[in-house]
Amino acid sequence: MNITQILFWILSGAAVISAIMVVVSRNPIHSILWLIVVFFCISGHYILLNAQFLAIVNLIVYAGAIMVLFLFVIMLMNPNKTNAQQKSLWKKLVGVIAGGCFLLTWIPLIKQAPEIHNKVALLKDGNIGLIGNLGKVLFSDYLVPFEITSVLFLSAMVGAVVIGKKE
Amino acid sequence: MTILAFDWILLLEKFILIVVVIFGSLGIALYSTFAERKVAGILQDRPGPNRAGPFGLFQPFADGLKLIMKEEIIPTNSSKFLFVLGPILAMTAALMTSAVIPWGSKVHLFGRDISLQIADVNIGILYIFGVVSMGVYGIMIGGWASNNKFSLMAALRGASQAISYELAMGLSLIALLMLTGSLSLKTIVEQQMAPGHWWNIVYQPVGFLIFIICAFAECNRTPFDLPEAENELNFGYHQEYSSMKLGFYLFSEYVNMFISSVVMACLFFGGYDIPFVNEAALSPNTAATLGVLALLIKSFIFIFIFMWVRWTIPRFRYDQLMNLGWKTLVPLALINMLVTGAVILWRMGA
Repeated sequence: MNITQILFWILSGAAVISAIMVVVSRNPIHSILWLIVVFFCISGHYILLNAQFLAIVNLIVYAGAIMVLFLFVIMLMNPNKTNAQQKSLWKKLVGVIAGGCFLLTWIPLIKQAPEIHNKVALLKDGNIGLIGNLGKVLFSDYLVPFEITSVLFLSAMVGAVVIGKKE
Repeated sequence: MTILAFDWILLLEKFILIVVVIFGSLGIALYSTFAERKVAGILQDRPGPNRAGPFGLFQPFADGLKLIMKEEIIPTNSSKFLFVLGPILAMTAALMTSAVIPWGSKVHLFGRDISLQIADVNIGILYIFGVVSMGVYGIMIGGWASNNKFSLMAALRGASQAISYELAMGLSLIALLMLTGSLSLKTIVEQQMAPGHWWNIVYQPVGFLIFIICAFAECNRTPFDLPEAENELNFGYHQEYSSMKLGFYLFSEYVNMFISSVVMACLFFGGYDIPFVNEAALSPNTAATLGVLALLIKSFIFIFIFMWVRWTIPRFRYDQLMNLGWKTLVPLALINMLVTGAVILWRMGA
């Protein structure tokens, strides 16, 4: 066990526990705060993989911007006061079984994926996640998907503005 | 014991540096509160605080003692954990930004070269953005946990203001980063120190203007202090807070102000570069000490500008604030970015 491994286990444990807390929390605000903790743990994993840029962008975009918007919506709607329907035990059980089946079909798919088959994560010495390298790859090898993604975001923004203007 | 096999002296160095930086920032923030009241006094043609100690110099300690001695109240209907977490987050986020700031060049002590920067990560500026965006949670959580409509409204205002201005701030920085080609604050400062190079303010005056306006908004300073608009919201997001928890909120604002002044000095005004002096000719320790002083003087000038503006310009209306952010600063920053990119391409071609 070296320090990287210890950190990996601590981060993984924290990520799983806080992810469970996201689902279990009764108060939606607490769920969001736990979700932010999950993002922090994932960013920690990125740093272990020497992908500092991904780590910080994950924090800025997800933990910093998107979760703030989630908080906004929930704080303004305050769903605690409105009648939160209590699901019956039967429905909960069905949900758990359905979700578990879905997960079971995913695990072998991911295990057999050729991209990750027989590959080991590069801990601390890969440098594709550093901003210079990532930028070069994005703007040369993956230029078309990158630009298409940005068009997708633009259309989402325009859509949001159109929906917002109707009132 | 392979776990313990790393450079312990480096760890000690960094630890001492962290302690010095944190207590330094807190001390400067402490005296910023005093300076603010003195500046307000001068601008309004009155003496300002002058009772505690010579020239009122002990006033911050008197204020701090008063805050600590006040009764600590946690509202009955608040969510207690989050209520306490709010000010902690605000303060932590404010102090964490100082980690990537290059406070000076190297000091040579006990046969070791000690860098006066806690961590030179290659994403320095993005780190600052990340931590600043965490600071929003301090305001939001505190405002929500108070279980008070005024606090909640103020918190939402504060958060939406911070998000809106972060965007323009980031865009104004992209133009600067196209020039420097690096996100590391240390590299940016060293580029400005290199002979034949001017400070970045010469190349990016518009970017600096946008950046400083956004910095005002991010620090919730007048004319953008709408989360604390007392005539609309009683007191703002920290209305239910008392004692040192209130103190943390008020204090983190001053720490933020100091850190953003230092960041501006590093990005646009050469950081620890002493103007018209060739640092290489001095001995490294003298150069480093003078460099730290230069950086501090530059930031104090910015802090003074923060206060000067506060006591000169009245507060905006909320729609004016949003119009300025989205309809003026964002397009201006985009144009600045396009022009900078075009000029860089043109110069590369020539």
